[in-house]
Amino acid sequence: MEFAELIKTPRVDGVVLHRPFMPTVEGTLCLTGHHLILSSRQDNTEELWLLHANIDSIEKRFVGSLGTIIVKCKDLRVIQLDIPGMEECLNIASSIEALSTLDSVSLMYPFFYRPLFEVIEDGWQLFVPEEAFKDLESMTDEWRLSEVNKDFSVCPSYPSLLTVPKDIDDESLCKAASFRHGGRFPVLSYYHKKNGMVMMRAAQPLTGTNGRRCKEDEKLINATLCAGKRGYIIDTRTIAVAQQAKARGGGFEQEANYPQWRRIHKAIERSNVLQESLIKLVESCNDQSHSMDRWLSKLEASNWQSNVKEILTTACLAAQCIDREGASVLVHGTEGTDSTLQVTSLAQIILDPSCRTIRGFEALIEREWLQAGHPFQQRCAQSAYSNGKPRSEAPVFLLFLDCVWQILRQFPCSFQFNENFLIMLFEHTYASQFSTFLGNSVAERVKLLLSQKTVSLWSWVNRPQELERFLNPLYEPNNLVIWPSVAPQSLQLWEGVFLRWNRSTKCLDEAYQEMVHIIEYNKELQNKVNSLRRQLAQLETEDSPLQTP
Amino acid sequence: MEHIRTPKVENVRMIDRLTRRKSSVGTLYLSSTHTIFVENSEARKETWVLHSLIYNVERLPTNSSGSPLIIRCKNFHVYRLLIPQEKDCLDVLASLTRLSRPERYGELFCFSFNPNLDKELREKAWGFINLKAEFSRMGIPCNLWHVTAANHEYRLCDTYPSELFVPKSASPAVIVGSAKFRSRGRLPVLSYFHRDTSASICRSSQPLTGFSARSSDDEQMLQAIMKSNPVSEFMYVVDTRPKLNAMANRAAGKGYENEDHYTNIKLQFIGIENIHVMRNSQQKLIDVGELAAPSMSDFLWGLENSGWLKHIKAVLDAGVFIAKAVAEDGVSVLVHCSDGWDRTAQACSVASVLLDPYYRTIKGLMVLIEKDWVSFGHKFSHRYAHLDGDPKEVSPVMDQFLECVWQLMQQFPCAFEFNERFLIQLHTHIYSCQNGNFIGNCQKERRDLRLQERTHSLWPHLWENRAEYTNPLYRTDHSQTQGVLKPLTTAYCFKFWKGMYGRAEKSVASHQSPADCLNAVREESQQLEEELSSHQERLVQLKERKISGERKKTNKLSERVQRPIPTESELSSPLDYFTAPRSEKNTPSFTLPLQLAAPHKNGDPDDLSTCSDFESGVADLSSYSSSGGDDTKDPDSDEVVKANA
Repeated sequence: MEFAELIKTPRVDGVVLHRPFMPTVEGTLCLTGHHLILSSRQDNTEELWLLHANIDSIEKRFVGSLGTIIVKCKDLRVIQLDIPGMEECLNIASSIEALSTLDSVSLMYPFFYRPLFEVIEDGWQLFVPEEAFKDLESMTDEWRLSEVNKDFSVCPSYPSLLTVPKDIDDESLCKAASFRHGGRFPVLSYYHKKNGMVMMRAAQPLTGTNGRRCKEDEKLINATLCAGKRGYIIDTRTIAVAQQAKARGGGFEQEANYPQWRRIHKAIERSNVLQESLIKLVESCNDQSHSMDRWLSKLEASNWQSNVKEILTTACLAAQCIDREGASVLVHGTEGTDSTLQVTSLAQIILDPSCRTIRGFEALIEREWLQAGHPFQQRCAQSAYSNGKPRSEAPVFLLFLDCVWQILRQFPCSFQFNENFLIMLFEHTYASQFSTFLGNSVAERVKLLLSQKTVSLWSWVNRPQELERFLNPLYEPNNLVIWPSVAPQSLQLWEGVFLRWNRSTKCLDEAYQEMVHIIEYNKELQNKVNSLRRQLAQLETEDSPLQTP
Repeated sequence: MEHIRTPKVENVRMIDRLTRRKSSVGTLYLSSTHTIFVENSEARKETWVLHSLIYNVERLPTNSSGSPLIIRCKNFHVYRLLIPQEKDCLDVLASLTRLSRPERYGELFCFSFNPNLDKELREKAWGFINLKAEFSRMGIPCNLWHVTAANHEYRLCDTYPSELFVPKSASPAVIVGSAKFRSRGRLPVLSYFHRDTSASICRSSQPLTGFSARSSDDEQMLQAIMKSNPVSEFMYVVDTRPKLNAMANRAAGKGYENEDHYTNIKLQFIGIENIHVMRNSQQKLIDVGELAAPSMSDFLWGLENSGWLKHIKAVLDAGVFIAKAVAEDGVSVLVHCSDGWDRTAQACSVASVLLDPYYRTIKGLMVLIEKDWVSFGHKFSHRYAHLDGDPKEVSPVMDQFLECVWQLMQQFPCAFEFNERFLIQLHTHIYSCQNGNFIGNCQKERRDLRLQERTHSLWPHLWENRAEYTNPLYRTDHSQTQGVLKPLTTAYCFKFWKGMYGRAEKSVASHQSPADCLNAVREESQQLEEELSSHQERLVQLKERKISGERKKTNKLSERVQRPIPTESELSSPLDYFTAPRSEKNTPSFTLPLQLAAPHKNGDPDDLSTCSDFESGVADLSSYSSSGGDDTKDPDSDEVVKANA
């Protein structure tokens, strides 16, 4: 077993754990292949179980023979371990470092994890494209399910089944794919039942500097327009960035070739910029010595909130085009795997009430992120404490969750899930015993045989006993489009994630419990009253023969 | 009425800055107390603006569509009107300018406000808050503290209440001597007594030390205060000013306590800035709220630049320091600033809210305001510009106290009986002059104005409507409602108070409020409880009298409370996401106009919003123009009107 080689010292006694706003714990530190465990071996004290995969970076310090390791986690928590003995400390540190940076996917914990619960509903079978297509078929016959990508050769980052306009044959799809970055030709993302308008997504067209065009691509997207109707192309990049992309073979739809489309450029940042933004934000959130001026200026300089605002605004714009302007929309950026997905998924949350339920939201993540080929493994390899030069890490999905939280905060009664659900998803994208967010595409996941070898996050989360924690007590289903405010004063810092470890949440948790209590009491009363009403009605009907003379 | 030149103007347009399509046409009426806008629409919706709440009125240059007039209120509401005739606009401007700046107390709204209460009820209403009862709730008088008649007829200090609580051990000579050594005679007296530790919070103005003066009476007074807390060996003197300001005061014969002259005191400076700094800071904050389509950077930069949250933090930090000294260390504290009626009031009342759960109730907060602010001579009429006077006297001192309470509510959601609405309502009434409570600058002045005979008290009115102001999460037996609050005052714990300062735009108002939802649920539960017991009764009856033949109809309960189910209009977008922030205005977002589009009206091909405007009627860039001047066209399609309604 290769893990054993990496673990030089599997056990140290007398280790002290410090966590902000929590009592210190003294106990025994154990390292296993996938976990760092600290146990006080006493009843009623919390044990620390930390996945190595959750460790973003570590720092070590020595004072005499007392070593200290500061562990910075991908879920943004920072803990400190005081380890007696210099050698032990060095050993532990190097083991953690090695175990938390294993390169091979097949060594990841999900391949070793055996669930202690019975899988009743297999998450791998929960959201299959065929099912989603059946729903679509019940509303419109304009679309078909194409198998053109069944061996992932046309587009390696797309799933094997794709929804495309009925009148476009697979040959045309292949040609359109050759005209789009990474083969990501325009496919259906969302059908707006209310007015039959659609949202499609793709990657940038490969127009290059000499303005290449592709009739099949034009035909493909025009097929989604009704006669005389126009559509919008939302390019998530500024016009300047889109222009620059031409030099590298990319580009944007030339108006001359797409006369029925109006193009709007927005300014959603690229992934490396977002990663920097996250690092800066977390750094300022972790410094409690900041004066008010310094805090606000650091918050501003991190640009995180600006990114939230820009993404949300673009999603609202897409939704507005569809719902208010009655137009179809095509969304793309450069690769179509990041900002594009932020926009298309958020627009659906705004437009489609079913996306605000737990199942619907899971389906949305499955459809618009996992199957749509967001490279989770690359993006979530490191989080805010990464020291090295970022490769392709970026908090693209975290920003999406942040935007969902902003909408949830503005419409606290419109979502079936609560903030904890979003935080849980954030945690599991970075480190998990489940494999849902492993790999970068459907093709990779198929190759890894995840559905045979590992457990899906959904298999666990959808069990009633887990789900309970994630239900929003205030939820009252409504069928409306919800329009969030994107004014800066309406957008807040997501404290549940960014200040989570920097303050005590006792009082806020109590408030949440109080809210649950009020609503549960109400339900209980309703049940009692209903049952009494029934009893009364029964008694009174039994009574009546006696009453009538 | 002599100030009203034109009592009625027709065809006035009320403009919603963010969504111009929500603008409405109606008639403007000017009464002696209110400006009233009545919409021409079927609903005849009325908007009432109290003249005493008007902060300023600004006229913008007349344009082809009329004369724009902006009315800014002291509670941060902003109304934008478009008046067809320039002459009418000038008349309205002149009338409102005069009416919003009364010159004499007699002109204030409270003297004409008549809620139809008879004399007896009015008197009773004034007795609703009783400070004597409040001190006895604290356990005062006791063997260490008693009431002194030294300020009878306000002869010792005309800005203090006539009844003062002082240490029993302080002789009349010491009291008088101490008053002489304090600015404006505001000697150290009891503000709050903490029963659990016997430590007290006393308040005063600065001592007249200059560079070397001392007063043995004042020194004895502090000694007496310290001794009134038997277990403690020293006391704190908290000077809430920045040390530099306090030192500068010495040149004017004032200053702060010399630790060498007073035995066993520890001097602590807190560093709350003066009223002028606060006034400017709030103005900057208001400007941030009024920015048209700010970017996130504009907003955060503006927030930082205003310094507002920094000042709020300073006030809260002062309260935290005092509360900790009193509750944890059991040490008494004397709080002062310069005059002892602004920063001192803030620090004492914030500390009291932290220390005593009573002040976190609806009635308790009223009592606290009555005690620390009204009775101790906070200069309401000067600070909140009730009369046309020195603008340098105006400052949002009370605003800051209310905001500190709001910030605490964010950290302790179950600790307060009242909700945000209560604080906002209090804020409005501090400025509105509708009731007599906050008129004048001290108790003596209020007595001389005979306010209790001539005006009505606000407190019973708020109390009657307390259901509206109740926090659904509050339970008297909850742990957060017990004991001392220990808030975190790290910078990131402070938030922009959107409910207060985001009010310039009605459209940005929050969509769904969890608190309102919960209140409705609680009300429903209450009715269910009633229904349950009546059903149970009925069930017993039925079972008992199954044969007797008597039959009563099931108790039909009064209408069930409707939970607030969101409606389309509530959830509908008030905003238009097409519009780019100003800073990006020059970057063309659309590279081409749609072929199907009509030619541009405004001749700006880069301006995408003008494009979408005439095409669909949803987008409307000009809604962001603060001038609101080009309001000639109205291309609303029915559909859009409905959608935005």
